[in-house]
Amino acid sequence: MNILEVLGSIFTASVAAATLRLATPYLFAAIGETFAQRSGLLNLGVDGIMLMGAFSAFYAVLMTGNLLVGLAAAMIIGGLMGLAMAFISVTLKAQQGISGIGLYLFGLGMSELLFQTLVGTPKSIQGFPPIYIPGLSDIQFLGIGRIFFSQNILVYLAFLSVPVSAFIFNRTNFGLKIRAVGQNPAAADAMDVSVTRVRYATQIIGGVMAGVAGASLSIALLDVFQQNLTGGMGFIAVALVYFGRWKPLGVMLGALLFSFVNALQLQISAVGIQIPPEFSTMAPYVITIIALVFAGKQSERPTALTVPFQRGE
Amino acid sequence: MNRVIQVRTTSTNWLRAVGNRLLDVAPLLVALILAFLVGSVLLLALNVSPLAGFSSMLQGAFGSENTIAETLVKATPMLLVAIGICISFRGGMINVGGEGQMIAGAVAGVTVALALSTSPSLIAVPLSIFAGFLAGAIYGGLAGWLKAYFNVNEILSTIMLNAIAVQMMNYLLNGPLLDPTEAGVNHVPKTARIAEQLQIARLSIPLPEGVAELFSLQNAELFARTRLHWGLIIAIVLAVLAYFLLWRTTIGYRIRAVGENERAAKYAGIRVRWNMVLAMLFAGGFAGLAGVVQVLGLQYRLQTDGSATGFTANAGFNGIVAALFGGLNPLGAIPASIFFGGLLVGAQKMQRDLGVPAALITSLNGLIVIFAVSSEYFRAALARRRSLGGGSMSGAQPVTAPPETAETRIDPGDSIGLVSS
Repeated sequence: MNILEVLGSIFTASVAAATLRLATPYLFAAIGETFAQRSGLLNLGVDGIMLMGAFSAFYAVLMTGNLLVGLAAAMIIGGLMGLAMAFISVTLKAQQGISGIGLYLFGLGMSELLFQTLVGTPKSIQGFPPIYIPGLSDIQFLGIGRIFFSQNILVYLAFLSVPVSAFIFNRTNFGLKIRAVGQNPAAADAMDVSVTRVRYATQIIGGVMAGVAGASLSIALLDVFQQNLTGGMGFIAVALVYFGRWKPLGVMLGALLFSFVNALQLQISAVGIQIPPEFSTMAPYVITIIALVFAGKQSERPTALTVPFQRGE
Repeated sequence: MNRVIQVRTTSTNWLRAVGNRLLDVAPLLVALILAFLVGSVLLLALNVSPLAGFSSMLQGAFGSENTIAETLVKATPMLLVAIGICISFRGGMINVGGEGQMIAGAVAGVTVALALSTSPSLIAVPLSIFAGFLAGAIYGGLAGWLKAYFNVNEILSTIMLNAIAVQMMNYLLNGPLLDPTEAGVNHVPKTARIAEQLQIARLSIPLPEGVAELFSLQNAELFARTRLHWGLIIAIVLAVLAYFLLWRTTIGYRIRAVGENERAAKYAGIRVRWNMVLAMLFAGGFAGLAGVVQVLGLQYRLQTDGSATGFTANAGFNGIVAALFGGLNPLGAIPASIFFGGLLVGAQKMQRDLGVPAALITSLNGLIVIFAVSSEYFRAALARRRSLGGGSMSGAQPVTAPPETAETRIDPGDSIGLVSS
């Protein structure tokens, strides 16, 4: 096999389609986290929320057979955990990095506990089916139909959240408040913007989206639940926000890079190229660290990130 | 700051000192009680009486000579990690890389131990342990360096480094370090067993005559025939040394000063960046020790099931819980580690007896972390009430650099919102 044939067998339409599919959980979680971070909150418990969201969606679908009920369950549980995190970091002003680790451990243990007591044995469910967009999904050229127009609904929603969130940040009053609270809470407060209310709102949005991110794994991508289903994806999502310099478009590029590496990994072993699987599993993490080094200047970083607001200092 | 100096200068105020100490510890105890209340509710939801659940745990953790030994065995790596966490958190570095640093230490330690299998133990054991410390230190220091010189968030980098370490270990255990007798298609990922003279000895305590009969123990030596090993003593001694390092040496003073207030430390002429790296070198080193001690003292080989926690059994994360609960003081981490070791061992018995998944403890640990960091809010509020008009105790950071005298004690932990010790 010459090098071109090898490359041709790796960069296939199925890899591209898988890239978009795998980007979905990263996107939901990271866009949600972008809301929190732009307002000055670091939520490191994303992975824990994702796990709880994944389980509640899975369990709801298992019980009712209704995918929308599953999605709603994940959103409610995610929103509640976001609310709890907001109470901890905004009202109680607790150190955000450590309390986030606490939330993660809670979600990790609780989702496993619930799974073992309520479900017990591994079961699979019927998740969101692909939607074939009439006409477009038949395009054979470069596999475009298969890549872009034959995905499940959550994939479309995840990518839709990118322009929507960018619009909210840049073109709406709420977005202006979020940015003000993240950059200069004292000034925002002086302008009668409630720092507390804005931060509660962004943290809850982040929680809901992390819940959906978990659901996108358990009832759309994998259609199962197991202990530690996310395997630390939530932490990568937090890193993606830094990587994307707190901008939805940048976050999306990061998520695509990540999911591309993930998809490639599957394809490489399928083609039979001899790379120890451990190295391809490791690759995304190495890339993240390198990316964080280059994102190091972080001039776009919200000034008040991780700093609790105290009036009258 | 006023409060602390006052306590030190007027000896008649010892009552007040005791009061302040209680003030520091009380919110942590409340956090613990809250977590157990939540745990009780969960047990009730699982149709298990909380009393039965917790008594089963207590029995499983401290009920017999053997279970006490198992608790201490669990506490050993947790304590070593916790010592490192105390140093790094005091230095303002939120190090969550205990897992990866443990693995780095274990891999280096076992490699040296296997290479020196024919050497006398007096040379080979210290060398292996030192290799573990060094590898952990380098792995932790890497995150410190990335933070100090490239402004890479250390929480994120250490989490990524954890995942990298797990994969590196899996690769080595499936390839270069694989036990030769295991070579085959369905091999178990583990190294060869390390030579007997390189193993850390089991620990047993000779009892005075009559005591064994009194407690109806089977052996004349306490903890004989259990898995307890000298690693526990190593960990306790190091905890004491780390306490002195942090509060009785200029090295520790500088690390804490940087953690307390970076800018003030800089104006005081302290090399901020180097001290960030140093804090992480120590933290990684202690976690590395946890890894190598686990191999030399307990498992006698490096072994995993391939999962992220296959080797560490989560000790790298649980060490954080123990350190926080010990008030970020290495001495406090000793009882805290034993307590959390007991929780883990007890949870296994609860799972066997009552069918309650041991994952309950993971979620309770998470709650304890959350409650512990949140309790700072109430501690600060209480302190404000006690010292009405006594200067600002609101947790506002001092803007000026503290003068470097023996009288001044930095009120530690403020930067990460934890109790002072």
